[in-house]
Amino acid sequence: MPPVFVIARLTVQESSRRRLLLALLILTLVVVGFSAWGFNKITTMTRSDGTPLPPDQVSLITSQLLIVITFMFSGVLALSAAVVAGPLISGEVESGLLLAMLARPVRRSEVVIGKWLGLAALVAVYAAGAGSLELGAVDWATGYLPPHPVELLMFVAAEGLVLLSLGMLLSTRLSGITAGVIALVAWLMAWIAGVVGDIGTGLQNQALQNVGVVSHLLLPSDGLWRGAIYAMEPDTLIAAMRALGTAGRANPFAAVDPPPLEFMAWVAIWFALVLGASIWSFRRREI
Amino acid sequence: MAELAEKTEAASAKGEVAGTPAVKTVELTKRFGHTVALAGLSMTVPRGEVFGFLGPNGAGKTTAVKLLLGLLKPTSGEGWLLGRPVGDLTTRSHIGYLPELFRYQGWLSAAEVLALHCELAPLPRSSWRDEISSALETVGLTDRAGDKVSTFSKGMQQRLGLGAALVGEPELVFLDEPTSALDPVGRHDVREIIRGLASRGTAVFLNSHLLSEVEQVCDRVAVVDHGRVIASGTMDELLGGTTVRVRAAGLTQADKNRLSSFGRMDDEGDQMTFASLDADRVPELVASIVSMGGRVYEVAPRHQTLEDRFLQLLEDEETD
Repeated sequence: MPPVFVIARLTVQESSRRRLLLALLILTLVVVGFSAWGFNKITTMTRSDGTPLPPDQVSLITSQLLIVITFMFSGVLALSAAVVAGPLISGEVESGLLLAMLARPVRRSEVVIGKWLGLAALVAVYAAGAGSLELGAVDWATGYLPPHPVELLMFVAAEGLVLLSLGMLLSTRLSGITAGVIALVAWLMAWIAGVVGDIGTGLQNQALQNVGVVSHLLLPSDGLWRGAIYAMEPDTLIAAMRALGTAGRANPFAAVDPPPLEFMAWVAIWFALVLGASIWSFRRREI
Repeated sequence: MAELAEKTEAASAKGEVAGTPAVKTVELTKRFGHTVALAGLSMTVPRGEVFGFLGPNGAGKTTAVKLLLGLLKPTSGEGWLLGRPVGDLTTRSHIGYLPELFRYQGWLSAAEVLALHCELAPLPRSSWRDEISSALETVGLTDRAGDKVSTFSKGMQQRLGLGAALVGEPELVFLDEPTSALDPVGRHDVREIIRGLASRGTAVFLNSHLLSEVEQVCDRVAVVDHGRVIASGTMDELLGGTTVRVRAAGLTQADKNRLSSFGRMDDEGDQMTFASLDADRVPELVASIVSMGGRVYEVAPRHQTLEDRFLQLLEDEETD
């Protein structure tokens, strides 16, 4: 097996043997169970005259609640990715674990790519598995399924991968805790900058709008989150927000349009740039 | 001609360049900011030789090994391992390394760590089983093959690291302070392992500040201090002199000063130690002391140990 896949396998194996996967599985099942119970309560809600809520209102409430839950889920995923990626390289350099391995015929680029691949597989599988469970639970409880579930899971996974990539880049130079904290703060700032951009859209203020645009280019996590929101919104809601004009675009928990293709192309370039920078940085690091 | 080309290609594929030394460096220098960790290291270690690289803490020993393994980049100078430039990937298939800061995957078993090194080496999968059992047996961990490394003591982890360095029958092994965590039995085992490596023609680059260890196993040594090699040669070349301890009374300080013609002397009152004196000159030394009115109670010549020589070299270095 080429060294890059050996390193990737080792990364997955470490997460499994350290019981990270088991912990995530148990926590996810608990959260999905609770949310299914909560969503089921929506169907038992009644109007003031005692009649049950009509299906379109149940769908509307469910879609909005699902957006909030998914926001928290994507936050936990991003946080986990940042925390795990922070010490990915630096932890093993500081402990000496990489010394004996790098004396083998292994390129540093293979270490970086292998570790990224291993963790990226975990992030993607977890996002797909946990997300599918949650969507299945919501569907079972309320009969509501978001219009674009596959795209939703892909956007959430990609957001996790952004944080993983940023954490790993920082990890080639900084200590684990510093890299993890910086990645996490950057994710929060990118989200806040996205909200500022929304406010700018509502107020039709170009400077504020630019804050959102620049933040999406520097760290595309918030832009991808907007894609996830769009994938969860019923068409009726999107039509209603479009009718509101710029005011409808000022909600940080709503998206009127899907992320433009140019942005998605930039995300692909961003990943390539960050991975390239990680390799470049680690190659120059003295161990 | 075609046959010769084939042989050359085969040797090249094995990472070998015939007739080249195991290690060669020319003016290898490493600076960290204003600190000079290694200042123009030039040396040659022939194949199959056990080479001791001696020095006090912070002398630049580990820096030299890391430079040779491509873990650090030299500020200037060049180095070759097995005839190929430092950093060459194919050469690393023929090299074993036990780092000073040894640490292995705690979530793997000892056998799994060795399998990982077999895979990265890379060795054919069919040979892994034999390689692993042989390495475990050599370092005395056969009974713990299936145990997680996280349950190992420091000494056992160092043994495991030594085992990992030995997989694939390397042509050159770097051992950086290989007995730092071992008890006397473990140290004895490591000496036996090094002798075993030497007997099968493997070159060993032994970094150590444990002089007795080096003295017992090394063919040649280099002494490094403040990033510079201050002496090198075979044990016989390095330990050529005789140390002579003399217990004598009745000598004035002026008398003792005149004895400086017999070489460097440690003056401890009635007891004087001449660090490097030819055994033939001992009667002459005794006669001089007696002629000065000294009363000689004891003369004890003994061969210089590596420790004597090492301390002498460091002292000379400080004086210069």
